[in-house]
This record gives sequence, structure tokens and C-alpha cells, in this order.
Amino acid sequence: MTSVTSAPVPARVVLSQADIDRALTRIAHEILEANKGSRDLVLLGIPRRGYPLALRLADKIAAADATVDAAAIVGQLDVTMFRDDLSHQGTRPPYPTKLPRTGIDNKVVVLIDDVLYSGRTIRAALDALVDLGRPRIVRLAVLIDRGHRELPIRADHVGKNLPTSSAEKVRVRLEETDTPEGGTPVNEVVIEGGA
Amino acid sequence: MKHLLSTQDLSLSNAIRILDTAEEMSAVGEREVKKLPALRGRTVVNLFFEDSTRTRISFEAAAKRLSADVINFAAKGSSVSKGESLKDTAQTLSAMGADAVVIRHWASGAPHRLAATDWIDAGVINAGDGTHEHPTQALLDAFTMRRHWARLAGTPSEGTDLKGLRVAIVGDVLHSRVARSNVWLLRTLGAEVTLVAPPTLLPVGVEQWPCSVSYDLDQTLANGVDAVMMLRVQGERMNASFFPSTREYSRRWGFDDNRLRALDDLGMTDTIIMHPGPMNRGLEISAAAADSPRSTVLAQVRNGVSVRMAALYLLLSGDSREPAATRAPAYTAPPIKESI
Repeated sequence: MTSVTSAPVPARVVLSQADIDRALTRIAHEILEANKGSRDLVLLGIPRRGYPLALRLADKIAAADATVDAAAIVGQLDVTMFRDDLSHQGTRPPYPTKLPRTGIDNKVVVLIDDVLYSGRTIRAALDALVDLGRPRIVRLAVLIDRGHRELPIRADHVGKNLPTSSAEKVRVRLEETDTPEGGTPVNEVVIEGGA
Repeated sequence: MKHLLSTQDLSLSNAIRILDTAEEMSAVGEREVKKLPALRGRTVVNLFFEDSTRTRISFEAAAKRLSADVINFAAKGSSVSKGESLKDTAQTLSAMGADAVVIRHWASGAPHRLAATDWIDAGVINAGDGTHEHPTQALLDAFTMRRHWARLAGTPSEGTDLKGLRVAIVGDVLHSRVARSNVWLLRTLGAEVTLVAPPTLLPVGVEQWPCSVSYDLDQTLANGVDAVMMLRVQGERMNASFFPSTREYSRRWGFDDNRLRALDDLGMTDTIIMHPGPMNRGLEISAAAADSPRSTVLAQVRNGVSVRMAALYLLLSGDSREPAATRAPAYTAPPIKESI
């Protein structure tokens, strides 16, 4: 693909590694507060970047509440097969769905994703959840809410509200998913393009 | 990927992509709701010019688990018996809006013909053509072997190939599309393949294939194998005397009770016995071997659905082709009569 613009794309960092870490710490405490403790809590990350975020949140929740085993409350929820744009986008390979051993029936499931944009991924996630069981409550935590919703969906816990134009691209780079081979790990959120 | 016609032109990355996708699909079969909405509103036609039980049912189950609509077409009892050509049948299906055609045909190359012409604008999956290829069977065999191989290595099977796996394909190679597809695919995945058959049941030019050839099953077993794939003796294609008697065939090239015991005696505890089905029990495989814990016959059938789901999903999702419904022409308002 050839680039149309010759000028380098302006990219600015909106969240640094420390900012991401602070936001996740706050979200972890918000989740515990909203749930009045860690009872029945299950964190489901949406691939790709929601899953490492879910792992980080679980560690922070375990640090705040000694009764929690971080590994036992985290899962991954693949929504690929439930998307409404399968026939318009390029073929997407499905990722594994891994649920905690306790399952999700009667649990408080917190869906975790990196960026909340149109809301369509979350709609797909809600459909995927229904096929796996019946949670008591479903909440949504995202690192970035950039607006431009196309569906009546909102997040319960937001790392940062980021007003953007739809011409801009919000990129979340996490060391778990975005470290180039032999490169240095990065943890940042940048905005590319736009005016 | 638009069509799945042959394993010969399947690249390593594409083969692993299909197997990895199948791995995710197999998880669906263990869930309470065994259905995914991925292919909602798509139509899959099973076009079968030759008899089949498991392949057709397997494709039907795969398409239905992905929420596609399935139309089954069997040549028997259709206009084909009145002499309708493949082209006219294909164009009829195209006019009915088929998004994918799963075709089994007695003529080698029929799926290629369908894919290469403009008779029908749909993805074509070869479900067995003559004595040529049967790619989804090879993929499900590879999937079964990969799971076995990964379990032995103690690693998850996602992303792995079959490097180092020793496979013996035994029996009627001459008439077997399963053997051909397996030879190409297993070579791509890095396995070492040995064909074992009476000389009369080996095709001309087999020495050009990327595999070794043996006439002696006992010797091949003694050399060590990780998977033995028994092929069906295809009675319906036996139009000449390829071997003196079924008894002699069974003694020299069948997997009988003695050879089952020999595997234990040789200490090959992890060798699996595969068969694409349907089995001629007592001819190429004994009942004891078919029902032994080494046998993967039923696992192969189960994996067949997952692999076919993966193939249908990868073929039918994505925008590599024009959407079936073209955008409606822009609405132009009728001229408004000026009120007087």
C-alpha cells in the first residue's frame, strides 16, 4: 500500500507508561469499589490488547485484596465470530477463548478492552458472553474512551476520556503485544493523523 | 484465500492458519451453545456427484455451526441424471445465490474447472475429485496428527508444524485422493512420509513425489513410525486384478492383529492408527486395530467438522471479493409535479 501523504504522520503521546499504570491502578480500585469487594469477580479481556490489560488489572486487584488469586479470575473472550463486519473487513483469525475455571455463570464479569470507539466490539462481546453462560452483572472497563459511539453502549470504568476526530487514529502499544522482535518494550498511547 | 482446491498449492503459513483456526473452532464443539453467528445469511451448497456419508454430513454440520444456510444437492435424483452439464448445474446454483460450493465429483479436476471459469462467483471447496485430491481430509488428518504430536511434546498445538513426524500411508495409493492430498500437505508441514503398497496399487510417477516408497509394511513398521494411515481398498474403482486375493492383501498390507501386537513388541507405544473411513474391517484394518486405543478414526471424524468450519470461515469471511449484494442504485426522487 502506498502512502498518500508525503509528510510524516504527526503522532503525539497522550498516555505514557506511568500514566497507563496509574489509570489501571485507579480502575482496579474502582472495580473493587463498585463490586463492594472481590466476590464473584471475573475479568475477561478482549483480544488482542484487552487480555494483557486484564492480566495487569488482576495483578493490581490481587495486590489490593489478598484473598484474590490473580490467575484464577482472568480470562480471554474472543469476539471475532460475533462481529457484524465479517463480510466487509479482511479475514480475521479467531483467538482462543479462555474462561476461568469457575466459569461465568452468576459472576460479575468485567469486560476489558483497550479502546472504546464505535461500541461494536462490545456488542459482539455481549453476544459472545450469552453463548458461554449467564453472568449476574456485566461491566465494561476500557483504557481509552475516544467517543464516536454508534451503539447505545457506555463504559463503567474509563482510564482516560480522549476527545478525538474520527480522522485520527488512537494506538495503544503494550509491551506484551507490541514489542518488535529484538526491540525495546513500549507502553504508551499515541494519537496519529488528523489535523 | 478464495478457493480450497488442492493441498499442493497450499503454503505453510496458510496451512497452519487453517489448522490454528480449526483449533479455535473445535472449542465451540465443547460449549453449551455449539453455534457461532459468523456466516449468518451466507449460503453453502453441498454439490455431491458421488456418494458420501461423512464428508457431506461433516460439511453440513460445519456450515450449520457457523449459522450458514445449507443446500444439499445429490446428483442422484437430480437433473444431472437427465443429462444436465456441470456448467448448467453450477449456473443454476449461482442464480440461487450460493456463496460457497462444496463439490465432490467423480472427475479429477471438476472443482478446478468450477473455480477457474466464470460459471459461478462463489468460493469453491474441493470435497474430493476423482483420484486427484481431497484437501479437507488431509487437513483433518494433519490436525489429528498435530494434536497427537503436540501432546507428546507437551506443548500447545497452535502454530506448530509436523517436523520430524514419521507417517506411513498404507494401501490403495493408486486410487486414493486422500493419499495424494496427504503427501503434499504433510511434506509442506515437514513430516516424513512413506507410502506402502503393492506395486500394482502405486501410480505411475510416484518416484517423483516428495516421499519414500516401500512394498513391505512389516519393514516400515520395524523402521519406526509415529502414525500409520490405512487407506480403504476402493472396490468400486478396482477394474483390474491389482492383487491376487483379499486374503493375500490383508496378510501383506492390512493392519491385522499381529501387526497391532508388533507395535507393542517394538515399543512404539505412541504410534497412532488412522483411517479416513469408511473402513473395510478385516481387509485393510482388523476390528481389533480399528477399535484399539491407538485408533484415531473417531477423533478424525470429530476434527473433520472443526477443520471444515475453519475452511468455510476463512473462505467466506473477508472482503477479498465483491459483496454478493451490490449497492442499490442511488435513490432519485420522482419529479414532483408542481402544484398549480
